[in-house]
Amino acid sequence: MTALPAASLPAASRGAGDYKSKVKPIWCPGCGDFGVLTAITRALSDLGLPPEQIAVVSGIGCSSRIPAYLNAYGFHGVHGRALPVATGLKLSRPDMTVLVASGDGDGYSIGGNHFLHACRRNVDLTYIVMDNRVYGMTKGQPSPTTEPEWDSELAPGGTGLRAFNPLVIALAAGANFIARCFSGNPIETAQIIVEAVRTPGFSFVEILSPCITFRPDEHEWKKAVRQASVSETSDPSRAAKRLMTDDGFNVGILYRGDRTPYQPRLAPVPDALATMAREFAV
Amino acid sequence: MPLDFPLSASFSLAIVGSGGAGVITTGGLLLNAAARAGGYGLLTRSVGPQIRGGEAAALIRLSSRPVDCHNDSFDLVIALDWQNVQRFAAELPLGPGSLILAEETAGDVPAPLLVAGSRAIKIPMQKLAKGIPGGRPNMVALGLAAELIGLPEDGLATIVTHALAHKGSEAAGASLKAIAAGRTQAAGIDRGARTFALAATPSAREHWIVTGNEATGLGALRGGIRFVAAYPITPATEILEWMAPALPKVNGMLIQAEDELASINMVIGAAFGGTPAMTATSGPGLALMIESLGLAVASETPILVVDVMRNGPSTGIPTKSEQSDLNISVHGLHGDAPHLVLAPLSVADCLFTTQWAAHLSEKLQTPTIVLSDQFMGQARAIVDCPESAVFDETRAVPPPGIADYKRYALTAHGISPMALPGAPGCQYTADGLEHNERGTPSSQAEDHRAQLDKRLRKLTDHDYGAAWAEIDGNGDIAVVTWGSSTGPAREAVARARAQGHAVRLIAVRLIAPAQPARLAESLAGARHVLVVEQNHSGQFFHYLRGHGALPAEARSLHRPGPLPLRPGEILSALPLGGQPA
Repeated sequence: MTALPAASLPAASRGAGDYKSKVKPIWCPGCGDFGVLTAITRALSDLGLPPEQIAVVSGIGCSSRIPAYLNAYGFHGVHGRALPVATGLKLSRPDMTVLVASGDGDGYSIGGNHFLHACRRNVDLTYIVMDNRVYGMTKGQPSPTTEPEWDSELAPGGTGLRAFNPLVIALAAGANFIARCFSGNPIETAQIIVEAVRTPGFSFVEILSPCITFRPDEHEWKKAVRQASVSETSDPSRAAKRLMTDDGFNVGILYRGDRTPYQPRLAPVPDALATMAREFAV
Repeated sequence: MPLDFPLSASFSLAIVGSGGAGVITTGGLLLNAAARAGGYGLLTRSVGPQIRGGEAAALIRLSSRPVDCHNDSFDLVIALDWQNVQRFAAELPLGPGSLILAEETAGDVPAPLLVAGSRAIKIPMQKLAKGIPGGRPNMVALGLAAELIGLPEDGLATIVTHALAHKGSEAAGASLKAIAAGRTQAAGIDRGARTFALAATPSAREHWIVTGNEATGLGALRGGIRFVAAYPITPATEILEWMAPALPKVNGMLIQAEDELASINMVIGAAFGGTPAMTATSGPGLALMIESLGLAVASETPILVVDVMRNGPSTGIPTKSEQSDLNISVHGLHGDAPHLVLAPLSVADCLFTTQWAAHLSEKLQTPTIVLSDQFMGQARAIVDCPESAVFDETRAVPPPGIADYKRYALTAHGISPMALPGAPGCQYTADGLEHNERGTPSSQAEDHRAQLDKRLRKLTDHDYGAAWAEIDGNGDIAVVTWGSSTGPAREAVARARAQGHAVRLIAVRLIAPAQPARLAESLAGARHVLVVEQNHSGQFFHYLRGHGALPAEARSLHRPGPLPLRPGEILSALPLGGQPA
């Protein structure tokens, strides 16, 4: 007997499991991204959205496999370009709820320019970045958020490069909602994703998602993370100071602004194509 | 569109001066006045990369018949000054009987322009303009040109007054006086052998005055495009600038993206959501988009990419034309990535070809590259109003309530219904990873083979009809060409016919997938085949040869830009042998 598609169920009876697809994840045992998948399905259930009204767009990397594991419309594109795909989709289909899934390499390195302009453009998207501070899919190279001294085959002795601070960048570039989560706490993460989706404009959710295969030291993250000791702010200067001074393990909603989301306006007076062509007549 | 182009009288003139002297404005006014008088014509600009202060020339050809190219030489050159003329002297071929009217204070006519039999006359354009408060030398030049080609005074006055309305009535009045001064000067000039009088040809069809880039924009809208994302680039930007205010009037939008990588991916996102979408760019931008074009192939997302070609590689010569992006358009994608490549054949055909391309993309769920170029994109032409084309190709969607939906189902024709986000029960993930029929990632040999087959089959099995090429005549000499080279090739064929030779013309609009069987059929009985194109390596010739579409003895006429191919150059490459049939 074929199960009813989740779409045909009333919202109240859709559980988190109804947002999972039948595709089995390829992630390693212990991967933090399992917790993110749980958090996303739980958030979608809490939001009560019909699966067909959700689209999840991703690029390339371990994190970017997530659309296939969800019961929603998905687009798994090329490396670094998830944000533009999602932007085109959301602007032309404002009725859809669009989530974007990425990782620290996909989102901050090859896709870094799109990150800046997505924050600045402030389209109503929820951008979830699973940050494990390493390239996992290519087996352990340093990413923009990797510590400068982290040793690897590609960068023996470490890169010597200062780690990128994505939350500060997002704030400076104009993101309207900025939060940090830990994948080991999927319930709290789900709550923050719900807030991110509900907040109009570009919402940026950085999720610390350990890669214990290539970064066994990230086992320790569960001890390091703590709820931010201060409540969320709408003051960018306070948020900047907080984000510049924290150690990267404060979780929670750290900034929420009130910028109006970008949506191009239609012409006040519609016109017919036949009328437009008249401009060429001699 | 009739290809049988009767020879017509035409007149070619160039107005040259340094940037800011107003030569482009002058050329535009002249073309508009010619249009108002019922004539046909073509205006191209020759400009350098400087925004202000570089060299500039308005190159104009007027005729009683439609013209798609410049002639072999110019009948008249009007020079407001000679600054930097050496930079484009090669674009101003003169011949016996050519007349040069030069500002008297500008110095001697530069040596490269002096050819046997041409005449130069000095005209005090600056002095005449100074005698009129608010008068400008370029308006004196306009009067000279108008008189020499017999443009009616009233029509020109109306055009100039309308164009200068925003500057107040005094500006228009001063311009009209300067034009009158130019006309008086011209009356005393011995015109020599190269005379011309613009005559209106009775025509049932309304005339349009349009650039190829504008026609491309209109064709895209008629083809259903409602989302555009793009990054500014010469010489494609005018497509975007025309579409930006037009799209919101038809429930669409244009987004300026942060780069070409974003442009094409925004377009892919919009198309995935069900909105027909396109971007416009030039060679460097196309190069940046190539990876994502492959994504559109693999994910079967219909998108349209217009490449207004310029001289490459790299930054090349951004403001000049060349047909050198055929190779990257056809072969640039990694993997086996079949897609469509089309090329308009003229300024007016930019409308038809772009409209057709938009429909084909949707129907076949594939990326389509349209290869326009700087010449036809930025040329402003007086043309017969293009006939309205109607296409019934649209995107296939699954029926509502379909059970067990498979996005990439292996159908007989290779086209799988594409669910729109929002359709209940059809949730799927579009993927650039190889996948099975459901879209689930797969690295299995049979899935790869089956999906490669279907993505090819849907393109090769489609019936493109007669629009794949324009074919004219059945002579034993065949000229095969594409894109804007069609203009000079068509005229060369007409001249050869006028000499009594039987020549056929095949102008190919559908570049990929290649149509070797149709081409062979159209070449049946031809004893000589010449493939004509504007690039350094004969890209189209080798492409056709690779598909076995050409007879062994076929020859290639190719050379790079920036100089446009001219009809006489093509005519002299035809094996006419002085023996008219």
